[in-house]
Parts: sequence; structure tokens; C-alpha cells
Amino acid sequence: MREAIKKGLEEALDTDPNVLIMGEDIGEYGGAYAVTDGFLSKFGPERIKDTPISEATFIGTGIGAAAAGLRPVIELMSISFSLVGFDQIVNMAANIRYMSGGQIDVPMVIRAPTGAGVQLAATHSQSFETWLAEVPGIFCVCPSNPKDALGLLRSSIKNNNPVIFAEPALLYGLKGDVPDEYYEIPLGSASISQEGNDISLVSYGAGMKILHETSEILAKENISCEIIDLRSLSPIDYDTIGESVKKTNRLVAVDTARKNGGIMAEVVANVQESFNDWLDGPIVRIGADDVPWPYNKNLEAEAYPSSEKISEKILKTLI
Amino acid sequence: MATLKEEKNKRVKKTDKEKNQMLELFRQMYLIRQFELACGENYTKGNIRGFLHLYIGQEATAVGSISCLEEEDYIITHYRDHGHAIARGLDVNRSMAELFGKKTGLSKGKGGSMHLFDSAKKFMGGHAIVGGQFPVATGLALACQYKKTGGLVVCYFGDGSTNQGTYHETLNLASVWNLPILFILENNKYGMGSAIDRVRAGGEDFYTGVDTYDIPAAQVNGMDVLAVKEATEIAVKKVRQTGGPFYLECKTFRFVGHSLADGQKYRKSNEITEWEKQDPLVKFPKWIKSAGIATDKDLEKIKSEVNKTVEKSVEFAETSEEPSKSELDDDIYKK
Ligand SMILES: Cc1ncc(C[n+]2csc(CCOP(=O)(O)OP(=O)(O)O)c2C)c(N)n1
Ligand SMILES: [Mg+2]
Repeated sequence: MREAIKKGLEEALDTDPNVLIMGEDIGEYGGAYAVTDGFLSKFGPERIKDTPISEATFIGTGIGAAAAGLRPVIELMSISFSLVGFDQIVNMAANIRYMSGGQIDVPMVIRAPTGAGVQLAATHSQSFETWLAEVPGIFCVCPSNPKDALGLLRSSIKNNNPVIFAEPALLYGLKGDVPDEYYEIPLGSASISQEGNDISLVSYGAGMKILHETSEILAKENISCEIIDLRSLSPIDYDTIGESVKKTNRLVAVDTARKNGGIMAEVVANVQESFNDWLDGPIVRIGADDVPWPYNKNLEAEAYPSSEKISEKILKTLI
Repeated sequence: MATLKEEKNKRVKKTDKEKNQMLELFRQMYLIRQFELACGENYTKGNIRGFLHLYIGQEATAVGSISCLEEEDYIITHYRDHGHAIARGLDVNRSMAELFGKKTGLSKGKGGSMHLFDSAKKFMGGHAIVGGQFPVATGLALACQYKKTGGLVVCYFGDGSTNQGTYHETLNLASVWNLPILFILENNKYGMGSAIDRVRAGGEDFYTGVDTYDIPAAQVNGMDVLAVKEATEIAVKKVRQTGGPFYLECKTFRFVGHSLADGQKYRKSNEITEWEKQDPLVKFPKWIKSAGIATDKDLEKIKSEVNKTVEKSVEFAETSEEPSKSELDDDIYKK
């Protein structure tokens, strides 16, 4: 996964002179998660810009640079730190185009590791892509595998709007095939990660592994799962979700972020509104517990959704 | 401000009380060092997880400064917080247990290394968002002022955090409202892999820039525990007299990586070895002996007691119970 993101960034730097990267310790240190390791010597300090610990300011710098014609890619060490720059992202980046009546574009990507699961406790484990997905004027994507990461990153950097590119911290080491021939994955497109007939399971990012495990458990009960990878939290691809629901007539939606206010609340409400006639049972929604993320390993695991918990709930509710 | 050398040259006769104070400073610094070494070891073993930032090299700063505080004074700091916690006298067993994520930990295993708290000791955290502690320090100081407790707030922070807006906003407000805060900068020359000269306008010295906010400021050798102590005594006296802020910059150095995940590729060559010559755990005991305060034997005795304390804390943490799953929802709201 790390390599795929790296490849997408290198390609953009190679092909578009207006692309530059800014963030804390991305240059000399090589990035908190080593994604930009080696970039400084390859592309030089004019394009690989180490910033002070000033999230509000270097996010805002990205906005200004984008408004003036560059294509900055901003790296945050954690999506939890986006909060320090939230005003710039929400009030400025997302609104400038609309407020200016379409005069000004902000083609900027903000990449940030997201999610719990590595015992970083309450301040470092959150999933604010779910908050940012609510804001009109920005796109928000989150890949679950190397192939999608590269395809989505290509589209994100080429897009003429601010894009939040959330990278599940748990997945940097994930291996997977990446096609040699050039491809892009459009923002706003979900994918069918596995075809099936009886139930549709939807999640994104680190949740996908859990869905595949769930599907294996349910296969033993002769239940065939279709698995949908949301990939894009804003906009959400209701066509793909809807088609799947029409086929299976059952939906299970899983967030690895807190359930309360998670993106699946939105998915479920919209499916309920638009595809109610196709549903043969209540929609099941599962998310992380609505608690601050605890440091202790067992407590963190308890708060995190698991395939055991999900399959149990499915068997109880739907079958 | 006096340096170790000047102090030594004075060759003043120490009273027993003063001698004991010196030995206590040594004991605390040695305790922090051993505690941190044990943490590193247990991180490798997988007993401690997440991010772990060690205080090795900076011991003189926390110990020298906290030795000047009273019970009613608050402390607030960042994620590199073990040294401040131990110098403030937080229970070593419960601190280690917190790092192990155990039920017996200071925060019942919920906070971990970066988020140590002990409200009974007015130790108001360990805060892991860089720059997050500044505004809260302002509020603690406002409460001290409002309630006329006579207490002050010591706010520790790193050089890297001074690039956050909250730093500048807090210095301004503390000055405008004349709040009793002692800002203690631990200038260890790096914020993670970023050397100061790459991320800061205005050079390597920070205390000179504080004029802008009309806050009195000084700089001290943070590797010299007596110098830190003396400087803090002056600073604390000033804060208590004026009721307003003071800014103390301690020049220090961490001998280890930013966290346990850091390969330290960014270091200048020889830098660590150079700074290690100032290791407070080598220099200070040497001085203690040369000043006739204690013998090798006395120091060995202190060391072996501390070693036992640390060993016991690891044992305590290891054998402590995990929090039960039902505790997941506890302590979100006050009932
Ligand atoms: C808002 C925010 N941005 C980035 C980080 C990641 N981070 C943690 S510590 C650190 C360096 C801080 O350096 P400094 O303030 O000098 O303290 P030191 O580690 O040297 O003690 C960084 C960048 C963070 N925790 N919070
Ligand atoms: Mg520092």
C-alpha cells in the first residue's frame, strides 16, 4: 500500500511541474509512515517542503498555492491533527469556490493516516474523514488496497477541487497487485469487492478486511455475501450500492469509525429513502463503540468492530 | 545564572539539608533514567505499545525545575511526559502500569504513555496534540488567579511546538491577563526529525523572541540540574511576586530517538556524543563527590534502591490485571 501511494506521488511529481508536497518531516525524515522516503533527494527542497508543526498554516498555504495555480499535496501525520487546521479546510478550502461564484479553484489533496487499531489512544486514533465527508465542496476518499490507492490518488491529484485522501494507518504494510498499465479510479465510485447473492455488506478502508472475514464465517452457514467497498465517502456511489441491494435485498453497513455520526449512518438513511421497496429486512449497522479510543489493547479491540460481532448480529437479525 | 562550575568554585559548605536536597536531585534523575530504560526494554518486548517518547538526556530540566514547586502549583506538559511525572512524585508503579495499559495504571490503562495524569498531584497531563497544552495552561492559571490560591502553573513544551498558533496566542493572553504561568521550554534542538534551523525564523534561541509579548524571559543550561533549579527558583519567585508569566528556556538534548520508531538519520554527525559529555547522570554525581557531598558508596546505595524501585514497578505492571471489558464505557461522562 505504501509503495502504491508512493508511486502515485512520484508519477505526479514527474509529470506535472505544478505538483509539490508539503508536510511535517516529509523530507529529511522521510515521512512519519515513510511514504515520501527518498523524495527530497530525488525532487529537491523546492517541491518537497518540510513544514514547521503548524497544521493550520501549511494547510492554508496549500489553499493559497492551489488558488494561484499550483497542485499541492499536503501530508498530515495523522487525520487527528486535521482538527488543528479544520478552519482552513472547512471554512476556506471548501467554500472559496462557491463564495467566489466559481472564480477560484482549489486543486489540493490532503493525505492523512486514519483510524484506530495500533494503541495510539484517544488523541491519535480517530477517523475524521467521516466529519470531512459532510462538507460540500470537498471530495473525500479512502482506499482499502494498493490498487485502489494508486487509482484514487491519480484522480485526486488531477481533480480541480480539494480532496481528502484518508489512508488507513493499519494498511500501510498491506500487499496487493497493482496493474502495470495506466488506470485511474474516478472519485465517487464504489466497487464490488466480492460478488454474492444473499446479503450486501458495505464498508471502506480498514473495514474491508473485516467484511471478507465476515463473509467467510457466513459462508459456513451457506450465506453468500456481496461485498461493497465504498472507496469514496463524498460523493457516495448509491448506484452501486442500490444495484447490490436490489440483488440481495439485505444490507449490512460497517464503520471502523465510531458508529455515532459515522458515514454508514448516511449510507443507511439514503438506502432507506431510495431503495426501501427492495429491502427484505432491517438494515444492520455496526460501527466502533461510541467511546474515546482507549490505549489498552483489549479495550481497543473491544471497541473495534470484528467479524465475530458482525456475523453474530447478522445471524440474529437477518436470518 | 550560575553554572555547575561556578557553583563548584564557590566551594560553599553545605548544610545537611542542602546535601540531602542534592542527593534527592540525583535520585530523581537516576530514577527517571532507569525508568526510561525499562520502558524501552518493555517496548521491545511488546509490553508497552503505541508511541513511546523517552526523556533520556533531559532529566535535569524536569528535576531541577519541579524541585522548586509547591503542592498548589499545577503542571501541564506534552507527550514526552514521564520525566515530569516522576519528578512530581507520581507513583512509579502506577505510572509503569499505565504504560502497560493495566487497570492499576494512573488512568486505568486508558491513556498510555503520552497521556499521564494525576489530578491529586495537580499533574494535568500529558497532551499528545502538539501545542494542545498551551491554552489549557492559560485556563489553569486563570483559576489560580481567580481563586487566589497563590499557586502557579508550569507549562512544559518543546521547541517544535512553538510553531503552533496556540503558543503565540497563549503567550499573548497570559501577558494581557497577567496570568501566573511559568513557561518552560525544553529546547532539545529538534521537533521529531526537524532541526530548529530548518523550521524556525529567529535562530536557536527562543527566550529573546518573548519580548514581543512583554513577558520576562531567561535561558539556562538545561543539562545542569543546579542551574535549572536556581533559575527556576528565581522565575517562580518572580511569578509569585507579579502574579504574571515568566518564560524559561532550557537548552537540552535527547540522547535517543524522537520515539522508539525513529532511526535518527537526521542527526548531525557526532552530535549525540558531544551532548553526552554533558550527561547530567555523569556530571552531577561527579560533582557531588568532588564537593564532598557524598561518596561513591552513598551513591551506589541510592542507585541500588532506585534499581529495585524500577524493577518492582515492572513487576507490578506485569502482574497487574487488565481492565475488564465493562470498563470501556466508564469515565466518559461524570455521573
Ligand atoms: C498537532 C500535531 N502535529 C504533529 C504531531 C506529531 N508530532 C508529535 S511530537 C512532534 C515533534 C514535537 O517536537 P517538540 O515540540 O520539539 O518536542 P520534543 O519531541 O522535542 O520533546 C510531532 C511533529 C502531533 N502529535 N500533533
Ligand atoms: Mg524538541
